Amino acid sequence: MIKIAMYWGAGCGGCDVSLLGLHEKILDLLNEAEIVFWPCAMDFKYEDLEKMEDKSIDVAFYNGGIRTEENEEIAKLLRKKAKILVAYGSCATEGCVIGLANLYDKKDIFETVYLKNETTKNDEKIVPKEETDDLKLPEFLPYLKTLEQVVEVDASIPGCPPPMPVLEDALNALLQGKTKFGKEVALCDECPRKDTKPDKIEISRFYRWHEKEDNGDCFLAQNMICMGPATRAGCGGECISANIPCTGCMGPVPKVRNQGTSMLSAIASLIGEEIDEETEKEIINSIEDFAGTFYKFSTAKLLPEGRLKDES
Amino acid sequence: MARRIGVFICHCGINIAGVIDVEKVAEEMRKYPGVAFATTYQYMCSDPGQNLIREKIEEENLDAVVVAACSPSMHEETFRSVCKDYFSIYRCEMANIREQSSWVHDPEEATEKAIKLLKATVEKVRENEDFNPIMVPVERKCLVIGGGIAGIQAALDIADAGYKVILVEKEPSIGGRMAQLSETFPTLDCSQCILTPKMVMVSRHPNIKLLSYSEVIEISGFVGNFNVKILKNPRYVDEDKCTVCGDCEKVCPVIVPNEFEMKRAPRKAIFIPFPQAVPSTYTLDREACLGLAPLTCAECRDACEADAINYDMQAKVIEEKVGAIIVATGYDLYDKNKLVEYGYGDDDDIITSLEFERMLSASGPTGGKIIKPSTGEEPKKVVFIQCAGSRDVQHMPYCSSICCMYTAKHALLYKHNVHDGEAYIFYIDIRATGKGYEEFIARVMEEERINYIRGKVAKIFREGDKIVVYGIDTLTGKRVEIKADLVVLAMAIVGKKGTKDIAKLLKVAVDDGIFLKEAHPKLKPVEALSRGIYFAGCAQSPKDIPAVVAQASASASKVLSIISKDKLEKDPLIAVVDEEHCSGCGVCISVCPYEAMQRQPNGKAKCIEALCEGCGTCAASCPSGNIEMRNYKDEQIEKMIEVII
Amino acid sequence: MSFEPKIVAFLCNWCAYAGADMAGTSRLKYPANVVPIRVMCSGRIDAEFIIDAFEKGADGVFIGGCHPGDCHYVSGNYRARRRVEMVKKLLSQMGVNEKRLRIEWVSATEGKKFATVIEEFVDEIKKLGPSPWRK
Repeated sequence: MIKIAMYWGAGCGGCDVSLLGLHEKILDLLNEAEIVFWPCAMDFKYEDLEKMEDKSIDVAFYNGGIRTEENEEIAKLLRKKAKILVAYGSCATEGCVIGLANLYDKKDIFETVYLKNETTKNDEKIVPKEETDDLKLPEFLPYLKTLEQVVEVDASIPGCPPPMPVLEDALNALLQGKTKFGKEVALCDECPRKDTKPDKIEISRFYRWHEKEDNGDCFLAQNMICMGPATRAGCGGECISANIPCTGCMGPVPKVRNQGTSMLSAIASLIGEEIDEETEKEIINSIEDFAGTFYKFSTAKLLPEGRLKDES
Repeated sequence: MARRIGVFICHCGINIAGVIDVEKVAEEMRKYPGVAFATTYQYMCSDPGQNLIREKIEEENLDAVVVAACSPSMHEETFRSVCKDYFSIYRCEMANIREQSSWVHDPEEATEKAIKLLKATVEKVRENEDFNPIMVPVERKCLVIGGGIAGIQAALDIADAGYKVILVEKEPSIGGRMAQLSETFPTLDCSQCILTPKMVMVSRHPNIKLLSYSEVIEISGFVGNFNVKILKNPRYVDEDKCTVCGDCEKVCPVIVPNEFEMKRAPRKAIFIPFPQAVPSTYTLDREACLGLAPLTCAECRDACEADAINYDMQAKVIEEKVGAIIVATGYDLYDKNKLVEYGYGDDDDIITSLEFERMLSASGPTGGKIIKPSTGEEPKKVVFIQCAGSRDVQHMPYCSSICCMYTAKHALLYKHNVHDGEAYIFYIDIRATGKGYEEFIARVMEEERINYIRGKVAKIFREGDKIVVYGIDTLTGKRVEIKADLVVLAMAIVGKKGTKDIAKLLKVAVDDGIFLKEAHPKLKPVEALSRGIYFAGCAQSPKDIPAVVAQASASASKVLSIISKDKLEKDPLIAVVDEEHCSGCGVCISVCPYEAMQRQPNGKAKCIEALCEGCGTCAASCPSGNIEMRNYKDEQIEKMIEVII
Repeated sequence: MSFEPKIVAFLCNWCAYAGADMAGTSRLKYPANVVPIRVMCSGRIDAEFIIDAFEKGADGVFIGGCHPGDCHYVSGNYRARRRVEMVKKLLSQMGVNEKRLRIEWVSATEGKKFATVIEEFVDEIKKLGPSPWRK
């Protein structure tokens, strides 16, 4: 029996659920693998993990980012105990949506979440403390880190959460001890709208996907930003099938380091040739959130130590 | 991958070594990974310098070379040809430590920068790969667009060399502007007399296919292999059957202005622009004709004994393949209506230079007689105004080049016609730079007693039967007022209407939307930036007939250098798609300015070698990193960034 | 010691690089902080190169191309301008002063312009201080 572990770091929990999304196939998994640690599903204590022998876990999956001292501690512990440590899902791999928090300081985040947020009612202005008289809580780190930024990682399963075909493929490989898996092409290759691509794509303004009636064609051709061309294939275009442009959760193709700048270069280049400088600026300015558009899932990779601070 | 790189640092006398510590640079480079050898020399480009490189390649068993010297635009070719005997030319790169270092920086920083530039160049050459030029087959034929003197000369030169030419002319006859001129400066040759023999040669030349009354509507492909679509408009007269007897014209009831006569004379709906037209045939102007479908007149057909008129003639699209293209679309005069200050459009007696040319022509509307159009009388006082629309920031800022000369000719011919007449010429400067031109001007000024007034005309207006010209004589500072019978405007020359459309089809640039843009103003004056496309005549810039003819012959020789070969060499540093990993997103296809990126049936992109010019826009746009620019790979550039910082 | 910025310049072969040569031929002095990389067209400049240069420690990135309408490759300079404009937006969101990235059109004849814009740019970067990536 192969020993496996799963841990939930800073994340939404979707990754844990995605493992259950295997449905009956999870029984096949359990035929081959023994779960030695999965706090979300079963009662395990950290001390159980500490007591395990080093490298006694065959494959450890870590989902979520690293935002607290606790996350970091367990990441390091799992690294020690596991032969293969896998970043499971977008958060662990590249920081995901919560990585966008790296655009802000810790102080900003606390203020927004506990005080300023319009939907927050907090008249007493209670803000979590890391220390009380008799208790010390794990520190909320200054910025979010990916698993790889903390410990050495052997493999990554992309996706938010990893889509079923991707997960099955990854598990099959990992259970055989292989750490290379996944497709090496971008999403367009398997996009259900692939055949609707025109000869030339030209952008004359950007539409957000609620701003325009979808005619069923390639989203880029409809001047909606779709991250498909810069995003690794494997999901089969689940979002596209639901009439939503890809936002890039599968991360870049293996050849590309920076999914965001790659797509930004492509999108900038698609702005119509004949468009003058002023209109061009208007078109570009109509993208409100560059990081949120191009780095929705990988800001933590772009800003590994948080927001940069130019003196001026 | 090169592992034994030789670094050769040039002193360039004191140009480099006087500023940069070349020995320190060499010392530093000797320590750099991959550099097997580094030395300095007085003049690397000299014969001994080149021999030094040869020697060291052999002695040190080098497999790549970096020469740190002047700009690669100066000597890249020199050093690459040295290296060619040993390895691929792409294993030789230059570091520009003269123009971009020793000449612009102080010693210490220049030395530091030179080291960085060298390291970056070493990194580049290390990853350069060997490529052979791409061989592209050549269609050994040429397309000439425009049948004025430029197009005629170019077509004849190429045809005489034994190659096929397709000459396309939009008008019913070739001849262009030169056919409209009376006499040519400074020799006063009759323009038609020297032009028409060439026109006849065109029509008789076995290697020239003349398509008159036709337009180029589509161009695709690339040097050596252009595909051209030409629309041949129906002239409703069979060129081969027409005997030019003129019977049709006599019976035609429709009268319209004659374009050839600058609309100063009438013509019929069925017409021949001028008697010596080539092809020698009548043309039925569909727009002017009373009606072809349904047929409402048919007088001309009934009158035609040769049975040459065919109302059922249809427009035809002719497809041709050519290896090279010459654009010789000629010029128009600047729109006279825009010269409000000169009152054109409102007055019959203010005419343009080309209208005056037609008036001077023996075959023109007045039979060569100079008249005041409003009354038909002989004008006793004529004012010629140069730079009408030229050298004027409100109109055309450039000099139209030929107006000084033809205005002098106009004044002279006027004086020959009207002996007791007075001629005045307003000018800014006299530009008479051609052979015999200055002498001609002197002759006009002195012998013909033409009144040259240096200054601009501020206003022209009618007063009774006279045209009053207000101006200032800037030499005396006095105001001048002349009551003239006729005013002739030497209008600015602009690229022919339609040149822009042709330029768009060819994807060549047009300066400020007026003249075709050459590849280099000095060294490539007849070439377009895209290979295989050449310019001749006033479509490129205003010029006189000898300059046009010279440029036409120059273009022809450029064309011959292409179509005289079976195959062309092309730079192999192009884009290459990793087709296995291409997702078919189509971004590269959308951004390629040359349509070199094409979608294959499997949806993936492919770079057509012969079309790619190697700009790299596709590689920078590919969102999945699957396009590699040969020898400008991402990794190379990133490595260069690293060593620079 | 005063702050000497490190600046990477991407110069297109046909205009800006030739313009830099022209500055040399005209012996126009300008600061040596800028080290050029020659590319065939400014359209070759991937946004990735710009971010890469900053991540490697550049204090500024300069891109020189042909004037609008004059691109040797028809439209590469427009693509470059659009990428630069978008990268600037991203930079400022990241907390980086967008003035650290500059694109200029320099023709082969504009040696003076090349020297002037480089001088200006170096001054600008000196005022901004070291790149936040370097800290």
